[in-house]
Amino acid sequence: MEITLPAMLAIAVTTVTGAVLLSRAAESAGRTRQLGLAAGAVGGFAGPMLFMLPLGFCTFGPEQGAADIILGYALLLSGAALALRIAWTLIDPVAAKERTRSQDTTTQGVFKNHPYLPWVLLSPTLIVLVVFLYWPAGRTLTLSTQLVRLGAPQSVDRCVSNFTELVGPTSPTQVVITLVLAVTLFFVSSRLSRRGTADAERWASYTSTAGVAALLFMLYLVWSVESPDYQRVYLVTLIISAGTVVFGLMISLGIAYLAYQPIRGAGVYRTFLIWPYAISPPIAGLIFFVMFDPNAGIIEHWLNTLFGFDLPNYRQSALLAQIVVILASVWKTLGYNLLFYIAGLQTVPGDQLEAATIDGANSWQRFRWVVIPALSPITFFLIVTNLTYAFFDTFGTIDYLTAGGPAGATSVAMYEIYRVAIPGRDLGRGAAQSLILFLGVVALTMWQFRSTGKRVSYGS
Amino acid sequence: MATTAPPQPKVSRPGAVREDLKRKRPLLGYRKSRADRWYTHLALFTVCVVVAFPLLYAMIVSTQGNAEFFAYQLTPGNRLRDNFDFVWNQRQLGGYLWNSTIQAIIITVGKTITALLAGLAFVHLDFPGKWWIFWFVLVTLMMPTEISIIALFQIVSGFGWGNTMYALTIPFLASATGAFLFRQHFANLPSDLSEAAQLDGASPTQFLWKILLPLSWNVIGALAVIQFLYSWNMYLWPLMVINEQSAQVIQIGLGTLRNIGGGQSYGPLMLGAVIASIPPTLVFILLQKQFLSGFSISSEK
Repeated sequence: MEITLPAMLAIAVTTVTGAVLLSRAAESAGRTRQLGLAAGAVGGFAGPMLFMLPLGFCTFGPEQGAADIILGYALLLSGAALALRIAWTLIDPVAAKERTRSQDTTTQGVFKNHPYLPWVLLSPTLIVLVVFLYWPAGRTLTLSTQLVRLGAPQSVDRCVSNFTELVGPTSPTQVVITLVLAVTLFFVSSRLSRRGTADAERWASYTSTAGVAALLFMLYLVWSVESPDYQRVYLVTLIISAGTVVFGLMISLGIAYLAYQPIRGAGVYRTFLIWPYAISPPIAGLIFFVMFDPNAGIIEHWLNTLFGFDLPNYRQSALLAQIVVILASVWKTLGYNLLFYIAGLQTVPGDQLEAATIDGANSWQRFRWVVIPALSPITFFLIVTNLTYAFFDTFGTIDYLTAGGPAGATSVAMYEIYRVAIPGRDLGRGAAQSLILFLGVVALTMWQFRSTGKRVSYGS
Repeated sequence: MATTAPPQPKVSRPGAVREDLKRKRPLLGYRKSRADRWYTHLALFTVCVVVAFPLLYAMIVSTQGNAEFFAYQLTPGNRLRDNFDFVWNQRQLGGYLWNSTIQAIIITVGKTITALLAGLAFVHLDFPGKWWIFWFVLVTLMMPTEISIIALFQIVSGFGWGNTMYALTIPFLASATGAFLFRQHFANLPSDLSEAAQLDGASPTQFLWKILLPLSWNVIGALAVIQFLYSWNMYLWPLMVINEQSAQVIQIGLGTLRNIGGGQSYGPLMLGAVIASIPPTLVFILLQKQFLSGFSISSEK
C-alpha cells in the first residue's frame, strides 16, 4: 500500500475541516469546544479511511485513470461526511436526549428487573439480520472490488474498475452543464420554499421536480454507451419504473374513486378488483406471455378484428416489450394500490367536500382540489412502494415474459445484475452493479424521510 | 381513468351531505345509498371484467387444447383432465407446490414469532443501548435482500445449504418490517395493560402470551398475508440456490411447462399458473378480514 501526496493532503483537509465544523457546532449547542474539535478531527480522519483502507488507497495509484481518481476522491469525501454526521450525533445534546428513554414515545409500561430478557427476545431477529443482511452487505462491498468468477476459488483485486468501466460519458461538458443546472434548480427551490407563500411553495415544488429531472438526465449522460452499455440498463430501468408508477397510480386512483362509494355489491366488486394482489409476479408474466403470444395471442386477435390494427411481435419490438412488462406490473400492483386508495378515500374529510360544494366546485374540481391533496400522503407512500416493486419484484415477470429481451430492452438493473453474475459467472461485476442499484434505493429512502414531514394533508 | 370518474351524487345536495358522510363506511361492506346509480354499476362492472380478465382467461385456457386456443375460443374446452394429468403426473407440479407451501408456512410462522418477541422487547422492556439497536434494525429497511443477493448466495452455499429448505427459509426468518409493525401496535395499546399485569405479578412472556397475543390477531393476520405472499412470490433466490428438481419451488417449477418439445402447449401452462395461484388466493380470502382491518390500523398512522 502506497499513500500518495494528494490523498494525504485530502485527508488532512477533511480532518481540519471536520475539527473546525464540529468545534463551532459544539460551541453553539452548548458543548465544550475541545470535545467538538476532537470528535471532528477523529471523524474527518477516520471517515476517509473507512473506504480507503479496504481499497488500499488503490484509486490514487500511478496507473489509474481520471474516472478512478475522481471516484477515489468522491469515496474519500463521502466517507468523511458520513463519519462527521455520526460524530455529530454522538456529541449533539439534542440527539443524546432523544436517545434517553424519557423521549422514547413507544416505550411504556416497562417490566423491571429483567436484564437479560431483552437480548433473548431480540437475539433471533439480530442474528438473522447480522448473518443474512449485514454480512452479505459487507461481502458485496468486497466482491465489488474484485474479479471473482462463479465457482472459481481465486479472486483478483480490481480496485474500482468494476465501477468505473460502467462510466464513460460521451461528452463530459454536457454532464457538467446538466449538473450545474440541477444544482441551480435545487438552490432556487430551497430559496423559494423559504418565502412561505402558497405561490412560492408551488413554484418551489415545480423547480425541485425540474431539478430531479435534470439530475436523472445527468446520470443518463454519465454511463458508458459501449461495452458494457450501462446507459441502456439505466434508461430501461427508468422507463419501466416510471411507467409502472405513473400509470399504476393513475389507474388505481380512478378505479378507487369508483369503487369506494357505498353501493350495493361493493364488497363483490372490491374483491374482484383486489384479486390480482394474490397473484405472483412470475405468474403475471406467464399469463401476459400467453395473452400477448405473437402467434395466437388473444389481444393481438382482438385488436386485429375490432380495429384492424396489426400488433407487432413484442418479442422483437423493444417499445412494445416494455409496454407489455409495464402492463403486467400495473395489473399485478393494482390490488395493493386499490387497498390503500379505497381506505384513504374513506377518510377524506367530509366537511371539506361539503364546503367545496357550497362554494360551487363541480365534481372534477372537488376531485382535483380536495380529494387529491387529501390523498397525497398515501400517494407518496405508494410511489415509494411501487418503485421498490419495479426495481426488484418485476424480475419474475420479466424472466418469464421477455427474458430481458429483445436485445436487452426490458433488462432492468436487477435483471442485468443476475445476467452478469449468474449466467455470466462474473460475481464482482454483479456486486458492483448491485451497489449502484443500492445507491438508488438509498436516494429513494432519503427522499421518503425528507418528504414525509413535509407532505401533510389538510384533514384529520 | 381519473377524469372519467362519474360525479359523486351524494355531495350534490348540501342538505343531504352531512348525515350521509357521518355514517361509518366499512371497507368491504355496503349500504344502500345515493351512489347506487345504474351507470356507476355499469362502470364498475366493466372495470371488474377488464381487471379480472387475465385470470378468467387463464382459467379458460387451462381447460383447452391447442386447437381451441388457436381458434381464440372464449368458452371452456374439454381438455382439463388431460392437462391436469400432464401437469400433475408427468411434470409433477405437486412436488413443487409442496415445497413452496412448506417454505411459506415456515417463513410466515417464524417471522411472526421473531417479530412478536422483538416488538415486546422494544416496547415493554428497557435496556442499555436500545437506541442503537433500534437504528441497527431500522437501517435494514433500506437494505433489500436482492441488493446483496450475490454475496448471500456465496455465504449460504458456503454453509452447504444449496438445494435445501434451510436456504429457502432461514435467511428470511426475521425482518425489520415485522418487528416495527408489532412495536407500533403494542405502543398503541393502553399502557395500563402492562401495569396491571405487573401488579398481578406476570412476567413479560406471560404478558405477551396472555394479554398481547389475543389483542394482536388482526396485525398477525395482516402480517401473515404479507409474509405468505412474499414467500410464495419468491423467484430470484430459489432460481439461484436450488438446482435439484425435487427441492425446487413452484414459481421456478412452472418454467418446466414452457416450450415442451418445440411447440408450446398453452393449456397445461395456464393450468399450472391457475393451480399455483390457488394457495395464495385461499390465504388472502381466509384472512381477508384481518388483513383489511390490519391495514386500516397501519394506514391511519
